[in-house]
Amino acid sequence: MGLDPVVLFFVFGVCAGLLKSELKLPPALYETLSIILLLAIGLHGGVELAAQASLQLLGQAAWVLALGIGLPVLAFAVLRLLRFDRVNAAAVAAHYGSVSAGTFAVVVAYMLAKGITFESYMPLFVAILEIPAILVGILLAKGIARDTHWGELGREIFLGKSIMLLIGGLIIGAVAGKEAIKPLEPFYTSMFKPVLALFLLEMGLIASGQLGALRQFGLRLLGFALLMPLLGALIGALLGRFIGLSLGGTAVLATLAASASYIAVPAAMRLALPQANPSLSLTASLGITFPFNILVGIPLYLALSERLIAWGL
Amino acid sequence: MNAHTRSLLTVIAEAALEKKLVTDLEQLGAPGWTISDARGRGGRGVRSAGWEAEGNIRLEIICNRELAERIASHLQAQYYADYAMVCYLSQVEVLRPEKF
Repeated sequence: MGLDPVVLFFVFGVCAGLLKSELKLPPALYETLSIILLLAIGLHGGVELAAQASLQLLGQAAWVLALGIGLPVLAFAVLRLLRFDRVNAAAVAAHYGSVSAGTFAVVVAYMLAKGITFESYMPLFVAILEIPAILVGILLAKGIARDTHWGELGREIFLGKSIMLLIGGLIIGAVAGKEAIKPLEPFYTSMFKPVLALFLLEMGLIASGQLGALRQFGLRLLGFALLMPLLGALIGALLGRFIGLSLGGTAVLATLAASASYIAVPAAMRLALPQANPSLSLTASLGITFPFNILVGIPLYLALSERLIAWGL
Repeated sequence: MNAHTRSLLTVIAEAALEKKLVTDLEQLGAPGWTISDARGRGGRGVRSAGWEAEGNIRLEIICNRELAERIASHLQAQYYADYAMVCYLSQVEVLRPEKF
């Protein structure tokens, strides 16, 4: 199968960056694009959520929350085995326990292109998975230390840009309902892919900048950044089957579990764990894991989900 | 022209610190400040401001010498170890001393 054109935009961005091209999107545009994407994801989820809300969803959400707590602990253990020091291991683990909304947007586009349906309340899971890893990461780094300003940190985490936009979109979508939202539908229908394409072009440029730093950190980090998404995807897919998600839903949850944050978590970690080296986390999550998930991971996680279902799990 | 001498404290730091720095300035009683986005290169590598997580800010405060030194030493104690930050003092001439 050929690559989705939006993914080609990402490849284009990486190439342009590696060639040291003059091409550069204005930072304000990148912000605008990510705001539109997050709102669109939230709105779409909210509209469907209103139609499908059920008690079963509550149970599923609790399991997803548990996933968000378990993943960073697992990542921390793997990093410690690779002999990263405690603070850096905790910071990187927080990135990998959390999720990337950009990766989520790509998997959504992928599923739509393939005509595979998935539970439309998935954006809720994105919001749920975004937060716990940050707290777990801080606890892993320093225990329940006195000098952590939990109030300030809580504000940073819960009122952060991506969470606000996702939740805001979800609520607006749920309150408005399908009919009233019609005029805004282009957000997540015809507008979604063009915006995603530009967003991925910029992500490609950014990712290419991170690749240079890889040489400095070597094979241990590369190994982790490739191994962890696979581990995460396996756990996410198994959980997806366990809580009774459809094929599409399982693949999306696997992708979420495989993805690593590069927006909300870096900002929170910078303030909460300043001793951690930020470029370690960003090189791994942006330079390696994000491209891996976009180019190779998503089709792989779909195949994994198909296999699990074929095995009757 | 009737000019008066004051100190200009310029701080260049990670954009992530903006909120914290503003709180600090309020507590230390700075009379006012100006913040602008910045990019550049230093001991912690290129800070290109290509996207939000790796930008810098430039923070400028004009005040009396004593306060400027107090702010500078606070910043040094609080942030120098873990964050990308430089700050420097210079003498400037202002027209309305009561403002600073």
